[in-house]
Amino acid sequence: MSGLALSAERPARALIGYKLLIAALAGLVSLAFCASLFAGPADVGIGAVLRALVTGSGREAETTVLIAREIRLPRAILALLIGAALGLSGAALQGYLRNPLAEPGLIGVSSGAALGAVLAINTGVASGFVLALPLGGLAGAFAAVLIVQALAGLRGGPLTLILAGVAVTTFAGALMALALNLSPNPFAALEMVFWLLGSLADRSFVHVWLAAPVIVPGLALLLILGRDLDALTLGEEGAANLGVNLNHTRLLLIAGVALSVGAATAVAGAISFVGLVVPHLLRPLVAQRPSRLLLSSMLGGAGLVLAADICVRVLTPDSELKLGVLTALFGAPLFFYLVIKTRGKLI
Amino acid sequence: MAGLIEASGIGVALGGQRILEDVDFSASAGELVGLIGPNGAGKTTLLRVLTGLIEPDAGTVRIEGAPIGELTRRALAQRLAYLPQDHGVHWAIAVEDLVTLGRLPYRKFATPMGAADREATADAFRAMDLCGFKARPVTELSGGERARVLIARALAQDTAILLADEPAAGLDAAHQLELFALLRRLADDGRCVVLVLHDLSTASRFCDRLVVLDHGKVHAAGKADKVLTSKVLRSVYGISAYRGRAGGVPIVVPLKSLDAKPDGRPRGRNRS
Repeated sequence: MSGLALSAERPARALIGYKLLIAALAGLVSLAFCASLFAGPADVGIGAVLRALVTGSGREAETTVLIAREIRLPRAILALLIGAALGLSGAALQGYLRNPLAEPGLIGVSSGAALGAVLAINTGVASGFVLALPLGGLAGAFAAVLIVQALAGLRGGPLTLILAGVAVTTFAGALMALALNLSPNPFAALEMVFWLLGSLADRSFVHVWLAAPVIVPGLALLLILGRDLDALTLGEEGAANLGVNLNHTRLLLIAGVALSVGAATAVAGAISFVGLVVPHLLRPLVAQRPSRLLLSSMLGGAGLVLAADICVRVLTPDSELKLGVLTALFGAPLFFYLVIKTRGKLI
Repeated sequence: MAGLIEASGIGVALGGQRILEDVDFSASAGELVGLIGPNGAGKTTLLRVLTGLIEPDAGTVRIEGAPIGELTRRALAQRLAYLPQDHGVHWAIAVEDLVTLGRLPYRKFATPMGAADREATADAFRAMDLCGFKARPVTELSGGERARVLIARALAQDTAILLADEPAAGLDAAHQLELFALLRRLADDGRCVVLVLHDLSTASRFCDRLVVLDHGKVHAAGKADKVLTSKVLRSVYGISAYRGRAGGVPIVVPLKSLDAKPDGRPRGRNRS
């Protein structure tokens, strides 16, 4: 079933296989990160970008330094962080809910962030103050998660969490529709819609400084969930009997997803399918172990978003395609394929 | 001998229905105790109370002398392993990975398996005859093979107390015999084993002591030949049975279902 499943005779092989997988993914992410620095509408050579990044002055023209340091580097860092947040959150949620269809938006974080950002545009605050948009998004994400947590209760199981998430997502969607409906002018409406599509264009280090301190602790919270998620393979009672405090697990999970995906959506808008598809693709490579899916999905998500962000710049340099549109365009057919493959197994 | 498990005055009501009422139960090291009774008598609920999964409305449970609520989940998991009846496995993980989960209560964060972990899992694999299955995904096994994997998982936990709900369900005759012989050995080695059982022959053959639950109360308790009398079988199960010995082992064969139990109450509650 899986090429990396444990071998009976040499149990150490899987570990090396896992380490190789992580190394390979890390290599791919590094490559994609570098490629992201060199991709863009401005025709700047690889050597020039490197010199501009390292020295920041010297023979390079001021514009080259500006492009490399202020446009491409923050964009690559954001793609890395956001992809990592989406991939890891997807893997953690799928492990916790024991459902391969779970995705980071399930617990209301993304729609809360989107609503916050839309309100910032709608009220006009965003036009006066650059950070109003991402800050509104963050506030929306956290508000949504607090409501979900309050609705689901401290001791509720996965089902109450899903129901609370669906309720909050639906309500946030309704409020977003209302905001669009009541938008002060067509331009504001267009701005909202475009923002919702998800993009990393025109982001700067201000966005990195805003998002990174929120995303990174969120990633850390999710990465330590490995053993709890492994134990949950045996269901909630099985996990409890293995010494797992499930209330604790759920709190860490919700906090981790809220921080990482909340901040990611707040700076980049909704980037769909990454959190759903990446754990799906990597699961067979880690012999389905939920703990091993965490780090690998984090790297896989980072690589995928970096690659997608390069694609939008290379494919449509003039009228840049939105990143979220591209991930959805490629993610959805991939999902069709997965459905057909799974169906073949079930029948 | 002090009981490893001491439960007294246990009362549980779920959804307005009384499941257990004033149940006392204890089990000591070196004992194999069988919990028997008709469907809906409260056997599984009692087992779940003893594992700390259900907090009883009344009464106390002590594990190795400590009130169960004062033990952390992890400390409890190092003392007590529980094998539920319907054990779903949610991912197609390899058999070896699943059995290794039994070592989680002992392992620190992000540390590889130690010598004790490897030994315990190797013992569990041998005991459940699973050495050829290690690399197979759990979801591709037959029901009986999967049951053996889950038992191995509980054995790998290597606890002083083992609670199992119908552990032999789905096992073929040979593996059933092996399983009960193993559970008997575990008890003889000084562990405390509590099983929910339906097969009365198995119960009387392997258990040191039987506890008969009926309508949430302890109906009878003691050695098998004292407990499984025609009177108890009639009033609890509403059956007449042949009791005797075959090949040196005690057997109980249900013969006839009597129309109504003497007290006129309906049989069981079909709640399982």
